[in-house]
Amino acid sequence: MSDPAMTETRQPTRTKAFEKRLKARYAQERRFKVFGLFAILISIAILFVLLGNMTINGIGGFQRAELQVPIDFAQSGLAGDQRSLSQPGAIQTLEMQGLPQIVQFAAEQHIGEAGAQQLSEQAWRDVAASITADPSLINRQETFWLPSSGDLAMGMDGEGSPEMQALASQLESAGVLEKRFDWGFLTRSDATDPQQVGVWGALKGSILTMIITLALAFPVGVLAALYLEEYAPRNRWTDIIEVSINNLAAVPSIIFGLLGLAVFLWIFPNLRSAPLIGGMTLALMTMPVIVISGRNAIKAVPPSIRDGALAIGASPVQVVFHHVLPLALPGILTGTIIGMARALGETAPLLLIGMRAFVATPPDGFTSPATVLPVQIFLWSDEIDRGFIERTSAAIIVLLLFLLVMNALAIYLRNKFEKSW
Amino acid sequence: MLPDRGLRDPARSMSPAFLFLLALGLGLAGWLAGRAKARAFTRGADPRRVSARPGYHAWFVAIWVALPLTVLAVVWTTLSPALVDQWVLASPAAQDLPAFGFERQSILAEARAVASGNAAAVFNPAAQGLVEPFREAQQFYSLIGLGFAIAMAIILGLWAYTRVKPAFAARVKVERTVMGLLLLASLVAILTTFGILASLVFETIRFFGMVSPIDFLFGLSWNPDPMANAAAPQGDRYGAIPLFWGTIFIGAIIAMIVAIPLGMMSAIYLTQYASSRWRKIIKPALEILAGVPTVVYGYFAALTVAPAIRDAAQAVGISNASSESALAAGLVMGVMIIPFVSSMADDSIAAVPSAMRDGSLAMGATQSETIKKVLIPAALPGIVGGVMLAVSRAIGETMIVVMAASTAANLSANPLESMTTVTVQIVALLTGEGSFDHPATLSAFALGFVLFMVTLLLNFIALRVVKRFREAYE
Repeated sequence: MSDPAMTETRQPTRTKAFEKRLKARYAQERRFKVFGLFAILISIAILFVLLGNMTINGIGGFQRAELQVPIDFAQSGLAGDQRSLSQPGAIQTLEMQGLPQIVQFAAEQHIGEAGAQQLSEQAWRDVAASITADPSLINRQETFWLPSSGDLAMGMDGEGSPEMQALASQLESAGVLEKRFDWGFLTRSDATDPQQVGVWGALKGSILTMIITLALAFPVGVLAALYLEEYAPRNRWTDIIEVSINNLAAVPSIIFGLLGLAVFLWIFPNLRSAPLIGGMTLALMTMPVIVISGRNAIKAVPPSIRDGALAIGASPVQVVFHHVLPLALPGILTGTIIGMARALGETAPLLLIGMRAFVATPPDGFTSPATVLPVQIFLWSDEIDRGFIERTSAAIIVLLLFLLVMNALAIYLRNKFEKSW
Repeated sequence: MLPDRGLRDPARSMSPAFLFLLALGLGLAGWLAGRAKARAFTRGADPRRVSARPGYHAWFVAIWVALPLTVLAVVWTTLSPALVDQWVLASPAAQDLPAFGFERQSILAEARAVASGNAAAVFNPAAQGLVEPFREAQQFYSLIGLGFAIAMAIILGLWAYTRVKPAFAARVKVERTVMGLLLLASLVAILTTFGILASLVFETIRFFGMVSPIDFLFGLSWNPDPMANAAAPQGDRYGAIPLFWGTIFIGAIIAMIVAIPLGMMSAIYLTQYASSRWRKIIKPALEILAGVPTVVYGYFAALTVAPAIRDAAQAVGISNASSESALAAGLVMGVMIIPFVSSMADDSIAAVPSAMRDGSLAMGATQSETIKKVLIPAALPGIVGGVMLAVSRAIGETMIVVMAASTAANLSANPLESMTTVTVQIVALLTGEGSFDHPATLSAFALGFVLFMVTLLLNFIALRVVKRFREAYE
């Protein structure tokens, strides 16, 4: 059938040169693939280094060096009854009755003078707090673990002066100096001494700020998304709104800080570093994220739902609020949680509106001075005292855990309520 | 302080929270009243004669009670501090205050804090005499505001209540209000953009009144001094070129050298080679990388990466390597951007029609040849757009550079030297002690304005490019 002359002139396809080329091409293919895998592995490795670094440092930050001090209150001559010790001024009363000296004396008795000198100056406050929590202590003996000074804590880590290292190893072998898990880290606030710091003040500031952000950004974001997706006429105004929302989503966060500084603090000059202003600033930043994810969720609701509702006589507002919104809500909530997680980790705009003040007591309202967790991390990372390094990592772990919970919640919501129509 | 003082003190009862609760409570009362009235005439009536369900009548009354009250609460809490200050300044006790400046402000702030119960006692004795006028003024204006609010709510509520009749089209009214609210909510975005522009432009113009724009945009030395005499001309201190260069070098060069290859190759591997099981594990891991707060990256850069780079440089004999090197900040910023570049590249490659890929494979090209010669060229506009978005994100990034880069301006191409960026300077200038009338403080707004315009331009072009590219294949 085929022409015999043609078959004779046809060259064999798989010549040596061909095989060589093919081999080179396959080698190139493999190299390319390995390079891709390599890129992913590098990214994952960096993630692990980052998280591992924080975890290793941070575990130390949840502990602190504490000295064992047994105190016999029955002999100490402290006076007070159940009622007076549970009143607000009790700590001052105890200080006036000489509690600091009693603690110091007990420490000298138990761990020697050199060790007792390294008891933190604020250690008696821990004792006072235990007494006010349980006034019956005053009639018996109790063993306390009290924070040591920062110098001794450093000596324990093999840093600092040789004398401290020697003292630390001596006290450790006597069993009166230990690294103990520090629950107080989660309940105290900022302080100048790394042994006394805690994240509660910053955490509470973060929570208050997030409440304001959510209360402002969620309704405005959802309503704007509904308007743009369901009602907005196609005209120039709608275009301007859409362009500005898309741009706001891409504006660097620090610009929102400048806005907060120039506008919000100009209107409310007395609310510098208040969660109210921080929350308003972050709300402006979060709102576009909620609008964009909300529009996608609303778009995913099939038109047949709207048509069905309209067909049985619902008004356009009823269609949206009775049918579209409930169906889109899981998607909107997912986007909102992701936006809130971003706001929770945000630092720069809050620095500009003054939430970097040293705040030693947890804020008691939306208008009292506060700081937030990321800013607290930033402030501690700037401290010269080496004791702050581990504390900073511990605070980072707390922040990351919060973000993890929020993201897990978002993923759960997405998986549970996601519908494909 | 007595525990129940907060309740008795009218100054506290005008707090925003109280007003909002009042709006909520009165609104609920209006809602219940409206519903009760509407139910009474709906029951047993011919449905065709009743133009709205009782719920809509209820909402109609509630809206008329609560909405004006909420607006009033917002306006009043914004205005009343200024009115209180005016009252206090007019009082005889304020006559011997220092005329202007910081001291006057701090005395006033102290007296205000004591009067409103935020502080126990004054430190500055000069503030003591002002506490009483403050308390009086706060009480006076609180009572006025509260009285006005309640009167307004009752009058409007009663008026709305009288309109609740069978023939009254309450639903139309309520829905019109809802539409108004929706429109208002979407206008917030425009308002925010406008607010950003207004605040930046306003302060930038003030800055350019003190320092010429030419000195600012083309000067080579950046060395602002917040303590210098504000009136003296100091154009030679505000040359922003070193800042622009540092920003571009860290954000657009070093970071992109890390992020583009790693992000692109991750995206290619994930979309073209990886099995779906792998992809399910790897993708969330990359998303975690994107979700880590920037302050954590900054801490990592400052504490781990920067010293490591300095030590490595010194080990190979570069002795002047800085511990705040541009390289450390740029590398970590690049890592932060990887997921962003990766997801942009992912989207653009996915948008290329599969017919093109299938055609190339059918012609005998290997997978990598298809990717390099067909997919990437076809997806290039999208990828370029994505990279531009990544650059705009990198140059606006603040915490990494604030923590890992230096504050001293330096015009150099050596990545081991310290450099500063626009965002670092904004933070440094605005968290200091400077006053708002000083060019050093105002220059931060000028820098912010430049940053805003550049990121806006990059985003605008990038979105255009991506959009046109998408349309080409649709």
